[in-house]
Amino acid sequence: MNIIVCVKQVPATNEVKMNKETNTIIREGIEAIINPFDTYAIEEGVRIKEKTGGKTTVLSMGIPSVADLLKETLAVGIDEAVLLSDRTFAGADSLATSYALSKGIEHIGDYDLIVCGKQAMDGDTAQVGPGLAEKLGIPHTTYVRKIEEINDKYIRCQRMTEDGYDIIEMPLPAVITVVKEINEPRLPSLKGMMRAKRAVVTVLTAKDIGADSDLCGLKGSPTQVVKTFVPVHDVQSEMIEGEPEEQAEKLAKKLLSMQFNTSDSTEVI
Amino acid sequence: MNYYLTEEQQMIKELAAKIADEKVKPVAIKYDEEGTFPHDIVKILADSDLCGVYISEEYGGFGGGIFEMALVVEELSRACGGIALSFAASGLGAFPIILYGTKEHKEKYLPQIASGAKLAAFGLTEANAGSDAAGIQTTAVLDGDEYILNGTKQWITNGGEADIYTVIACTNRAKGARGFSAFIVEKGTPGFSFGKKENKMGIRASVTSELVFEDCRIPKENLLSKPGMGFIVAMKTLDRTRPGVAAQALGIAQGAFDEALKYSGERVQFDKPISSFQAIQHMLADMAIQIEAARCLVYQTCKLVDSGAKSISKESAMSKVFASDTAMKVTIDAVQVMGGYGYMKEYPVEKMMRDAKITQIYEGTNQIQRNVIALELIKEQKSGKKVN
Ligand SMILES: Cc1cc2nc3c(=O)[nH]c(=O)nc-3n(C[C@H](O)[C@H](O)[C@H](O)COP(=O)(O)OP(=O)(O)OC[C@H]3O[C@@H](n4cnc5c(N)ncnc54)[C@H](O)[C@@H]3O)c2cc1C
Ligand SMILES: Cc1cc2nc3c(=O)[nH]c(=O)nc-3n(C[C@H](O)[C@H](O)[C@H](O)COP(=O)(O)OP(=O)(O)OC[C@H]3O[C@@H](n4cnc5c(N)ncnc54)[C@H](O)[C@@H]3O)c2cc1C
Repeated sequence: MNIIVCVKQVPATNEVKMNKETNTIIREGIEAIINPFDTYAIEEGVRIKEKTGGKTTVLSMGIPSVADLLKETLAVGIDEAVLLSDRTFAGADSLATSYALSKGIEHIGDYDLIVCGKQAMDGDTAQVGPGLAEKLGIPHTTYVRKIEEINDKYIRCQRMTEDGYDIIEMPLPAVITVVKEINEPRLPSLKGMMRAKRAVVTVLTAKDIGADSDLCGLKGSPTQVVKTFVPVHDVQSEMIEGEPEEQAEKLAKKLLSMQFNTSDSTEVI
Repeated sequence: MNYYLTEEQQMIKELAAKIADEKVKPVAIKYDEEGTFPHDIVKILADSDLCGVYISEEYGGFGGGIFEMALVVEELSRACGGIALSFAASGLGAFPIILYGTKEHKEKYLPQIASGAKLAAFGLTEANAGSDAAGIQTTAVLDGDEYILNGTKQWITNGGEADIYTVIACTNRAKGARGFSAFIVEKGTPGFSFGKKENKMGIRASVTSELVFEDCRIPKENLLSKPGMGFIVAMKTLDRTRPGVAAQALGIAQGAFDEALKYSGERVQFDKPISSFQAIQHMLADMAIQIEAARCLVYQTCKLVDSGAKSISKESAMSKVFASDTAMKVTIDAVQVMGGYGYMKEYPVEKMMRDAKITQIYEGTNQIQRNVIALELIKEQKSGKKVN
């Protein structure tokens, strides 16, 4: 089974600085790491390969230095690394990212499963995985917390929901995005580190993968980020108990006590 | 200080440090309290390929020597000296095979040790033979194609957990220490069992047990080197592995120092962090000086040993004495810097102080090491040639 794991480089800090003009992240001068969610994707890819045989490839779109990060994945069991790096890709939103990655995947070819992280720690949209599946015309499942079964025909997995999980079966090839509950990523091994040191990362340009430059990077990105902020969730909720009638009564009283009624609403229950 | 490690050594150190910080540190206090064996960490070490750093590539290892082993031991010991010992004692058990094993011995046992699939142990000490190792009573009698072992080894690290034991026994009592021989004994051999498991002051994650031999028959081929060479096998092995104990001491000292330094910046008394008091500053400076001096001596000794030099007893003893005395002093001072908090089990330094003590005792007490050093010095002076 051939598995492609999509990996994004993210800044190792939460204090992301933005370029005011383009509203994109300033990545220079900040320590870069592999998106933490992607480490679970890597581990799951390697585990499936160890069971079924085949090959694992990591794929990333990013600046040339991402190659060093991709080498680290070879120390934890990944077989090959491919980096899409080209000025044409710069400033991509999730649509342009999905497009470029899909072209990269078609270029690699002969894949059974694509594994992504649940979301990127910086961009946070969680759109790239599903976007990729759409571009490739294959099914996807997000928030996978366990793979129950996988063979050359289909995959059956558990998708995490707020109050449990769904069991989903899809034909292969397919895309899954994984949550951290799925596994515990292994540490590198010495032999893996040695192999990683000697390994060469394949770097491909937009031309190499036959990508249409109008659909790549800033040009191919319809998204305009106007402002970014972290939403604050500080709503206090209260559960009202009892029979439906009792509940309705309690609710009405509560609303009245909050004095939402304005002067012209004369009738009260 | 930059020790100009090779790229491979740097890699080994980084990987061991990662395991120490991410995997060992969080469980060190638990294993100390329970006094149980850290099977999960041993598995992690096996998966990391670190168990083979001192074994040649031919036998599935990484092709390094004592230096590589010491780097791993040092890093692991920063987090837990007891867990580090499970790794180091396997090396102590493996070295007689590395040094004196036949091709068959090596092919059979070293790959298993290198992969971490099996642990090794070394059995010399007995109830009445500690510093005076020449007083061992365990016997091995040749009977056809087999040796029959009888006797009890005491305080053997990894006893019961290891699968491969190198054991020193008497094959000819009349000849004293010249009548000892070294053997490989596998766990599961009929007549070989494990006695009392010790309850210790420190390094409580490490298991220390009796090895009991009752008419235990082993194939004649399990003899290491020649009959009568057992004492030499033991002494030459210990000369090589002693810098490993030194590295354990060094790591414990570094771990305690790191804790004390961090704490001294956080603890406020008299409206100031205690690190602003000169009394604390000087203590920290002295700790750092001793640790760095110990590291210089340990690393340099490792290089000497790995160079294949013949005469290493003196240097090996010096590195062990200096690093272990440093560990004891530094851990005591670390507790002092941290005051009452340092004395509490919520903080790791009281454990480090208990763990440090053993490094002055095993693989030859520091008194015995000083004897060795002095005898070598006198020998050198008499012969008129200074060896190293
Ligand atoms: C604060 C901020 C807000 C943004 N908002 C938007 C927005 O609203 N809409 C929008 O379209 N873009 C937005 N972007 C741009 C976005 O970061 C990039 O488009 C990014 O390449 C894809 O989105 P993501 O980072 O959210 O990835 P996600 O979709 O969250 O990533 C999911 C998974 O996809 C894979 N993946 C993602 N990127 C790559 C890559 N470059 N190479 C390989 N694998 C990858 C990884 O497996 C990852 O775990 C924003 C960026 C920032 C910094
Ligand atoms: C936790 C632990 C793990 C161990 N693991 C192993 C192992 O894996 N394999 C193994 O074979 N052994 C092992 N040992 C045994 C260890 O090597 C001995 O304890 C050590 O060599 C000292 O022997 P002893 O304890 O009998 O002390 P003794 O020899 O009884 O010494 C008592 C005191 O007298 C001093 N002394 C003795 N003789 C002299 C002298 N001639 N000059 C000056 N002072 C002297 C000593 O320095 C010491 O202070 C272990 C011991 C411990 C505690």
